[in-house]
Amino acid sequence: MTATLDAPPTEAASERRRTPPKLSLWRRLRRDRVMLLLALPGLLYFLVFHYGPLFGYVVAFKDYQPYIGFVDSPWVGLQNFVSVFADPGVWNALGNTLKITLTQLVLFFPAPIALALLLNSVLSDKVRRFVQSVVYLPHFIGWVIIVSVFQQILGGAGALPNFLESVGLPRYDMMTDPDVFPLLVTLQVIWKDAGWATIIFLAALLSIDQGLYEAAAMDGAGRWRRLWHVTLPGITPIIILLLILNLGSILSVGFEQILLQRDNVGPDAGEVLDTFVYFNGVKDGQWGAAAAVGLVKTIVGTALVLGANKVAHLFGHEGVYRGADK
Amino acid sequence: MERPSTIGLVVKGLILLTVVLLVAYPFVGVIGTSLSTESDIARSGGFVLLPTSPSLSAYETVFNGGTVTRALLVSVLVTVIGTAASMLATIGMAYGLSRREVTGARWILLIALLTMLFNPGLIANFLLVKQVGLIDTFGALILPGLVSAFNLVVLRSFFMGLPRELLESARIDGAGDFGILVRIVLPLSKAVLAVISLFYAVGYWNAFFNALLYLNDSDKFPLPLILRTFVLQGRTLDSLAAAEAPAPVQAIQMAVLVVAIVPILLVYPFLQRYFTKGVLTGAIKG
Repeated sequence: MTATLDAPPTEAASERRRTPPKLSLWRRLRRDRVMLLLALPGLLYFLVFHYGPLFGYVVAFKDYQPYIGFVDSPWVGLQNFVSVFADPGVWNALGNTLKITLTQLVLFFPAPIALALLLNSVLSDKVRRFVQSVVYLPHFIGWVIIVSVFQQILGGAGALPNFLESVGLPRYDMMTDPDVFPLLVTLQVIWKDAGWATIIFLAALLSIDQGLYEAAAMDGAGRWRRLWHVTLPGITPIIILLLILNLGSILSVGFEQILLQRDNVGPDAGEVLDTFVYFNGVKDGQWGAAAAVGLVKTIVGTALVLGANKVAHLFGHEGVYRGADK
Repeated sequence: MERPSTIGLVVKGLILLTVVLLVAYPFVGVIGTSLSTESDIARSGGFVLLPTSPSLSAYETVFNGGTVTRALLVSVLVTVIGTAASMLATIGMAYGLSRREVTGARWILLIALLTMLFNPGLIANFLLVKQVGLIDTFGALILPGLVSAFNLVVLRSFFMGLPRELLESARIDGAGDFGILVRIVLPLSKAVLAVISLFYAVGYWNAFFNALLYLNDSDKFPLPLILRTFVLQGRTLDSLAAAEAPAPVQAIQMAVLVVAIVPILLVYPFLQRYFTKGVLTGAIKG
């Protein structure tokens, strides 16, 4: 036990050696008891609610009947996997998931960068602070509220169709049009989070050496050339980092957001992997099948995140795990 | 640097104005519609920016003691208790792990950090909550998201950045680990604690899916679930149907939305200055 404790798994670079070198484990536990006790509730939380659920995945290999229970439900091997992946519904959900992620990558990703560049170029502190306060706000509004508001504006009886009719155009209900569902979902994400996402780019912009701008100006570079040769290279590392991390989560698109609107457009266009798992498992009681999809998604998702982090490290970025908050 | 050109300024100003208006329009529209009469709503096509004869009748209907009032109470309770519990657990863990020499601290931290890399998924979470007997309890709305690993990291690195001399001098004055936390560390961390509490509180206030997943008893539904049934799915709520509602349905729907938004609007101004001042970015980058 003592030996394993001496091998630090993280922050190996710490130059600080453990202070009194030869205290017994018991002595050290006694010395640190207050600190450990304070950390205990949190530790228990992570063990129970993050590692505990993993045991639930035995269900993927069982014909789980809730009234029989985990232990007594019969084993069925890989049958759940075979049957669920023969179901075209899964592939449809996967296709929709990727379609929505791609749309978000193309349309959402550049939005905060553009907005951050614009904000950064505003000379008046007051104006910049004001715009920041306004555009951060939607981040704190829940999806139910946002979807309700979009419904009110774009939906069947909403402001936009009424407006179209009043100027002599046909009514158009974007909320129930399956063809534009990825676009609609992306528009909502832009409204909610484009402002908030500028935070990280603004921080990167602030860290660019002002001397570079002066030097470039001295050499006769105009506003656009400075943007191209100083500003953009300055934030390229953070752009690449976020892009890679985004690739790590391509199998997860806003679950609550899509769950709330899936029925507007029907499962053909509105079903994503997470909603597939929800409706098959919790709603229809096909626990085994849903757990099989969930397990595959968890494994592939984790592999993607690890792979993305690996790539980010190759690009020379430290501490990427900290940026992984989504 | 040279002064920006007038055209550039105008274009920038126009773009920023458009962005601000796009963000503000839905808020103004929701509040406007909630105060409107039937004729206002019909005239403006469903979304009223400026009601001609504002009336509070929609709010009277909402607050007359039925489903919405109860849901509001549930949401307030869950938010207050949940935020307090989350803060206690997060502060305790962040502080407990903030000194490298604490026995096992690195392992405990690793256990927490690894959870950022994988998500057990819906079915697994559901089965666990069911197994520990939290179905249909308010605990199901709080415990599954008690500590955010991200907030933990932010807070821990903030604690680690506090000047060591201060903590040492308190120790020399006879304070124990707990005394140092309460008398030195926490008072020095007000800003970051405020930001983290806001994140937790907003999370609990908006929590929709946990409630949908874990609660069957409609008496326990928090506000977001009521919003969904009443506003999105357009179902009438028993209590509202029973009232002789003088307000148009759309106004009542928007009034419920306003009730859900206002608490966020109220705390936001106190906290947004921390975002713009960069408390958070410093922590993220640290």
